[in-house]
Amino acid sequence: MGAQKLSGPDDAAESQATLSAEIEEIEASHAAAVAAGRPAETQPRLDYPPYRSSLLRHPTKDPRHADPETIELFSPAFGHRDIGILESDLTVQAGGEPIGERIKVTGRVLDGEGRPVAGQLVEIWQANSAGRYIHKRDQHPAPIDPNFTGVGRTLTGPDGSYSFITIKPGPYPWKNHHNAWRPAHIHFSLFGTEFTQRMVTQMYFPGDPLFALDPIYQSITDQKARDRLVATYNHDVTEHEFLMGYNWDIVLTGSNRTWMEEEDHD
Amino acid sequence: MTEQDLRPDSRDLTATPGQTVGPFYGYALPYPGDNELVPPAAPHSVQFHGVVYDGAGVPVPDSLIEIWQADETGTVSRQTGSLRRDGFTFTGFGRCEVDPEGRFSFSTLNPGPTEPGRPAFISVVVFARGLLNRLFTRAYLPEDAEALAADPFLSSLDPADRDRLIATREADGSLRFDIRLQGEDETPFLRFPGHVD
Repeated sequence: MGAQKLSGPDDAAESQATLSAEIEEIEASHAAAVAAGRPAETQPRLDYPPYRSSLLRHPTKDPRHADPETIELFSPAFGHRDIGILESDLTVQAGGEPIGERIKVTGRVLDGEGRPVAGQLVEIWQANSAGRYIHKRDQHPAPIDPNFTGVGRTLTGPDGSYSFITIKPGPYPWKNHHNAWRPAHIHFSLFGTEFTQRMVTQMYFPGDPLFALDPIYQSITDQKARDRLVATYNHDVTEHEFLMGYNWDIVLTGSNRTWMEEEDHD
Repeated sequence: MTEQDLRPDSRDLTATPGQTVGPFYGYALPYPGDNELVPPAAPHSVQFHGVVYDGAGVPVPDSLIEIWQADETGTVSRQTGSLRRDGFTFTGFGRCEVDPEGRFSFSTLNPGPTEPGRPAFISVVVFARGLLNRLFTRAYLPEDAEALAADPFLSSLDPADRDRLIATREADGSLRFDIRLQGEDETPFLRFPGHVD
């Protein structure tokens, strides 16, 4: 019956209960496979029917195994000419203070061997505190904040560290099904030391009551893997009478190059 | 920064999961000149273009394509400046939000082979709303038939898949490379060592 009801991606007719039942069924079958000895999944499924927009947008053939060639063993180089110094503080980009809970999100970008990814571009974008994106396609009737665009960029430090000051985003409604709400999140775009590590993901906040209901978050079928997208509240990052602090480290796929041969040109 | 900060980290080093780029990247990731690796009027400039299709053959209007490539001599650029292009420096990286008809277009150079005898290609990454993780592929230049035929990776594919990775040289000199996310003519996407499900 569930398969019969797969209709258009934007018709928002189905109930959360229908979606949640699908999510739980996939989760249970993954858990059973793990119990039977299969390794736990660590990445989202591309074929994940509860996220209706994925139905016609996931490859059905297995990816072809390829060894990276020279170009893929390097990444584009970004530098301080690429980024303004204020771009990592999303609260100072307009004339006044944006409304909402001021936060700092900080962490490190590491490769699969735990080595810091230094001097690389990190880009973020997010909704404002009311759950509204500046984007013209966002028709959610929540207020736009004239002092908040929700876009930030920075370069990682020599130890792979990054830091953004921003406003805690609100949850927002979308049209996957009736009464569908995304948990609050910040989109992250990341580059590694080689192009095969390129990735885009979303960071979530601890304890969000929408986690169980969200097909995008749940497309990662293993709880331990999902947890890797959730930031940790850190009172040592919180600043006295100023902001709340969160930590979130990011691990990219393993590097194929040996560490010592890189960046020897300039 | 202490020496300790630069040591490999021994904590959980499983790769962080990806997530879809979603519908609202359009005011964040695109930037002026993002799809012009060289100015369109530059000598030797080549248009690299195509359409992103879904499994029903319908153009995908909310996809973002990135390319990364060597210059005409096969040299991998280590130059910064992709986000603030000066019009002269070839950085090798470009980004293009597809238009409402699913079409992307870059102004770039024909890459040269990075190793003698190997076929030259443009490395391509696909992001889209509805696509839960990025996809990697390659757009090979069609001209060097000998190198294409001798390539171990291309030879490992069935002939139809191999042909799907070779861009078409149009009469106007442009390189066309359509991307099909699903279906009979699905674009072959790549998994590199270290990538897991």
